[in-house]
Amino acid sequence: MTDISIDDQLGRIALLTRLWPWLFLLTLLTFFEIWAQIEVGRSFLFNAYNAQAILLAASAPLLLATGQTFVIITSGIDLSVGFVMGLAAVVVAQVTLLTGNTEIALLVGIAATLLVCAISGWISGTLVARLGVPAFIGTLGMYGVARGAGFLSAGSGMTVSIDNPGLVWLGTGWVPVIVTGLLLLIMHFVLSQTRFGQYTYAIGGNLQSAARAGIDVKRHLIKIYILSACFAGIGGIVYTARYAAGAANAGESMLLDSIAAVVIGGASLFGGTGNVIGTLIGALIIAVIQFGLIFIDVDAFWQFIAVGVVIILSVLIDQYKDKLVRAA
Amino acid sequence: MKPILEARNISIRFGGVEALKNVSLGVSPGEVLALAGDNGAGKSTLIKVISGVYHPHAGELFFDGAPLHLRDPQDARAKGIETIYQDLALADNLDVGSNIFLGREPMHRRFGVNVINRPQMRKVAREVLDRLDIVVPEKKLAGPVRTLSGGQRQAIAIGRAIYWDARVLIMDEPTAALGVPEQRKVMELIHGLKAQGVAVILISHNLHDIFGVADRILVLRRGELAGERLVKETDGDEIVRLMVGDTYAATKTATAT
Repeated sequence: MTDISIDDQLGRIALLTRLWPWLFLLTLLTFFEIWAQIEVGRSFLFNAYNAQAILLAASAPLLLATGQTFVIITSGIDLSVGFVMGLAAVVVAQVTLLTGNTEIALLVGIAATLLVCAISGWISGTLVARLGVPAFIGTLGMYGVARGAGFLSAGSGMTVSIDNPGLVWLGTGWVPVIVTGLLLLIMHFVLSQTRFGQYTYAIGGNLQSAARAGIDVKRHLIKIYILSACFAGIGGIVYTARYAAGAANAGESMLLDSIAAVVIGGASLFGGTGNVIGTLIGALIIAVIQFGLIFIDVDAFWQFIAVGVVIILSVLIDQYKDKLVRAA
Repeated sequence: MKPILEARNISIRFGGVEALKNVSLGVSPGEVLALAGDNGAGKSTLIKVISGVYHPHAGELFFDGAPLHLRDPQDARAKGIETIYQDLALADNLDVGSNIFLGREPMHRRFGVNVINRPQMRKVAREVLDRLDIVVPEKKLAGPVRTLSGGQRQAIAIGRAIYWDARVLIMDEPTAALGVPEQRKVMELIHGLKAQGVAVILISHNLHDIFGVADRILVLRRGELAGERLVKETDGDEIVRLMVGDTYAATKTATAT
């Protein structure tokens, strides 16, 4: 009898450690909602402008974080995503302009951008998987390369303005949010239902056992770094669409947000755990904190402190969770 | 009985070191062959040759009487030669079913796309554990295997091999990391495999285990075959003597004089 109750209690605690990002997000939203009702007399969340602004703000870091989720599950990290996003933002503008700035030119621009990103991801992946360079260093190298390449491609102005009807549509209203949502759904499916996802977890859990089970670990890792870079590329394209200009530093601040979203969402930096829905919640928490603090008129710098505290908290919970599992 | 797996005159060198010199072995269905020897005697090297990890410089392998050429461990597994490593090679973060099927997941069509058939994986996981008479609560069956005990994890590794129709099962120190009751359980499992006609090659430091379960003992010393004995015709002293050879004999003489 006592065994069962201890088991139940552990089960409840384990459930809580899994669900806390949802509860935290809910708490945040409730807090801002109550504040808005009392102080401003209108709704925080049920107000199209705010909801859209939060989701738009979350979109770009979320795209980066989606690829990053796969990388972190394999116990790697991709530090290059921020500047790969910037490079992509510039490349899509430049190539579209160079090929005539038509709708077809836009497609060429997007294809070229994804190709550039795929190559960048292939290099990172090859460094990590085949040449044994630690992910932290390999992708830090690509961070520098993409950063330089982005500014060089942008030319003297550092940003490239572009006025293209297709691109404008892509950046209008809910479109970036819907694009991000669809991609997120697809990647959630890939991670949870396919062999590609299963092998991603297996590699993060025990690289050797994955290799012994016949999984081509090196190839799989390279694919994952390519995936990560391509999602950064899509982030860059969406950025250029929203602002009608590509900037080489478009993703500079998004790198850490993307890692934070993955970690808050329940992934361990030691690999083996994490999922796309968790990452979504993590990104939303960050966006709600950032937007909400501005909304209640707190000095913008408090955002950094708040997000920092949440990251530390989530890592502590992750470690505590592991201890509980071992105790059970 | 005709051996299912045979290695004839295997030699392998690493740099200038001869790790195996002209070693032969054979194992029949339903037989447990123990490999004994001191550290560095070549036991691990030998099983790595048999499981396709190393390629011998000389000598041949035969499976069911036919010459066997192994390019890699996958090749060996396709033939039904499964290896359970000391560290078990389980993905700790995955559940029992995922580990049994790792690299060979069953798929089914859902919403027009091929997805992993998790219900089948769970069903098979339960069947495999039942077959080995291992009790794992339903809740833990679906959780990561790191929450299971060493013996349960060992059973999963064995279960995986049997599920994939292992005809030859190579086990490297299967009880090294286990407590006494769990060691006993693993020994029982090996007896069970024997009864099912699986040929088992067992590496162990533990003479108690070897005498408890093996039919034949092959002793290696410095890469060479030091001797081969039937369990019922030998004892621990003789095996130890074969393992340490002259060194042991020398000490014994020294103490005697």
